[in-house]
Amino acid sequence: MTCRNLRQPRQAEILIVGVGNADRGDDGVGLAVASALSDEQLDGVHIHLVNGDCLPLLAFWQQVELVIIIDAVQSGAKPGTIYRLDASHQPLPQSMIGSSSHSFGLGQTVELGRTLQQLPRHLIIYGVEGYRFEVGGTLSVEVAQALPEVTSRIRFEMKGWRGKCTNTRRQS
Amino acid sequence: MSRRTIKVDYLARVEGEGALYIRIQDDQVKDVKLKIFEPPRFFEALLRQRSYQEAPDITARICGICPVAYQMSAVHAMEDAFGVQIPAPIRALRRLLYCGEWIESHALHVFMLHAPDFLGYPDAIQMAKDHAQIVERALRIKKAGNAIVTLVGGREIHPINVRVGGFYKMPSKRELDDLAEQLKPIRDEALETVRWTGSLPIPEFDRDYEFVALQHPHEYPFNEGRLVSNRGLDISVHDYDETFTELHVEHSNALHSVLKARGAYFVGPLARYNLNADQLSPLPRATAVEVGLPHPCRNPFQSIVVRSLEILYACDEALRIIAEYELPDTPAVDIEPHAAVGYACTEAPRGILYHRYELDAQGLIVDAKIVPPTSQNQKTIEDDLYEYVRPNVHLAKDDLTWKCEQAVRNYDPCISCATHFLKLDLQRDIS
Repeated sequence: MTCRNLRQPRQAEILIVGVGNADRGDDGVGLAVASALSDEQLDGVHIHLVNGDCLPLLAFWQQVELVIIIDAVQSGAKPGTIYRLDASHQPLPQSMIGSSSHSFGLGQTVELGRTLQQLPRHLIIYGVEGYRFEVGGTLSVEVAQALPEVTSRIRFEMKGWRGKCTNTRRQS
Repeated sequence: MSRRTIKVDYLARVEGEGALYIRIQDDQVKDVKLKIFEPPRFFEALLRQRSYQEAPDITARICGICPVAYQMSAVHAMEDAFGVQIPAPIRALRRLLYCGEWIESHALHVFMLHAPDFLGYPDAIQMAKDHAQIVERALRIKKAGNAIVTLVGGREIHPINVRVGGFYKMPSKRELDDLAEQLKPIRDEALETVRWTGSLPIPEFDRDYEFVALQHPHEYPFNEGRLVSNRGLDISVHDYDETFTELHVEHSNALHSVLKARGAYFVGPLARYNLNADQLSPLPRATAVEVGLPHPCRNPFQSIVVRSLEILYACDEALRIIAEYELPDTPAVDIEPHAAVGYACTEAPRGILYHRYELDAQGLIVDAKIVPPTSQNQKTIEDDLYEYVRPNVHLAKDDLTWKCEQAVRNYDPCISCATHFLKLDLQRDIS
């Protein structure tokens, strides 16, 4: 698994954050998606992997226009189900806050950022439904099969966002 | 006799999750069980047949909050096995790295996980609505700790710069001087944090514990020393297995570590402070007196003050190390692997972390034993809960639940080292 070295992203670039634990089965899906996108070496896209502590994101994403986060979720839905949440302007569902197995979890970090007015302008969270989280486990078949779809949706999201940015600049 | 079972979904704000069961019958506490569901031995098995060189990187994966602690115990155990003495600059840099992790981990716990309890908030998010400046201070302090670990540990997702014998790359004097400029105002913020936690309303609680920590003749302990206690324990780390044992408790998969001679013991900041306060630098020593922190301190609720004090000490120590730093000739010493057994204890933020490795002639790991600080505190946490619940049995369900959570959080248990889910199951039997 490779990723670019951690460095502060410049303003107006895209930040992709994979959150999870590669040693806990489906909890590694966020890292797997982010690593796959990292391997593509997309222009103007920074990739960051997080395991155990999401709080540093509050400082890290300050200058970034679009942040896309990928993490595993557990809601009881069919494994491999893909969720997209726009966390830019609306609080996350209560069930997402404190449900992570990480330290100060993703949901808590996002809502803390909202309280402190430290969220990026655009924050999109992709969740992939998992069901196997035992230590030492690998991604379940259902979650592994969802990887190409999640990756594709994120690429499409970035393309659409960049298109909107270009149009906005032309109009101004 | 009627029964009521009260369940809370999870014990909030413990890093990772765990499980707590309490049974009360006719207003008497009958049973307390801290339940932990996840087998802790996956990584010990993973280490077998791996090279000694891989131990720091594999064990760093055990805990997302304290990877440095696992790396330090791993490299020191391997160096113990091979009879390696690391030179002073490498030794100093390892202390600096540990300072960074203490600052990060303690700041996370003090502000984001523990302080809400004392101020009456359900979580740090609610606390931030009224105390934004306090939370912003927490983030600044934590960021400084992270900066130390990133510079010295070379962190991407886990620190990657640590190896048996030293490091892969040493930071330059210039990089360290820049770090020092970042740390100086943080030390001031850490000082204010001790004063702030020292003013929080602290519940009364006192038990006669056996505190266990490393002790070194010249420094507040990180990586080296003998294992001592306030009841006369004074052993080499090599004698750990003869002195301590792990009991597999039926309801828990994270083994309860006990002293063979005397049972439960207490590791972590309170133990370090009680056994090593005279080795603190002058500033934290004076600040402890200023805020009225007793010595010895036997109230686990005052651990929030002690952790704040250790953040202050770590800032002070980091600045001292940087000021005295000399670049070594080589980032690491040579290692000649051979068949051996190596032992080490280092002081993770939560307490002593024990590693033992048996190696073959090629330096491959034959067997590994890892005892996290959380499993060493398990029995003590359970015993605390038994005592803490007793005078509070008449509280309403939600209040009692919250009190138990607060008592568990005193120990900053890194449940993710040992388990996955924590649920509170309170069974109240009434005649």
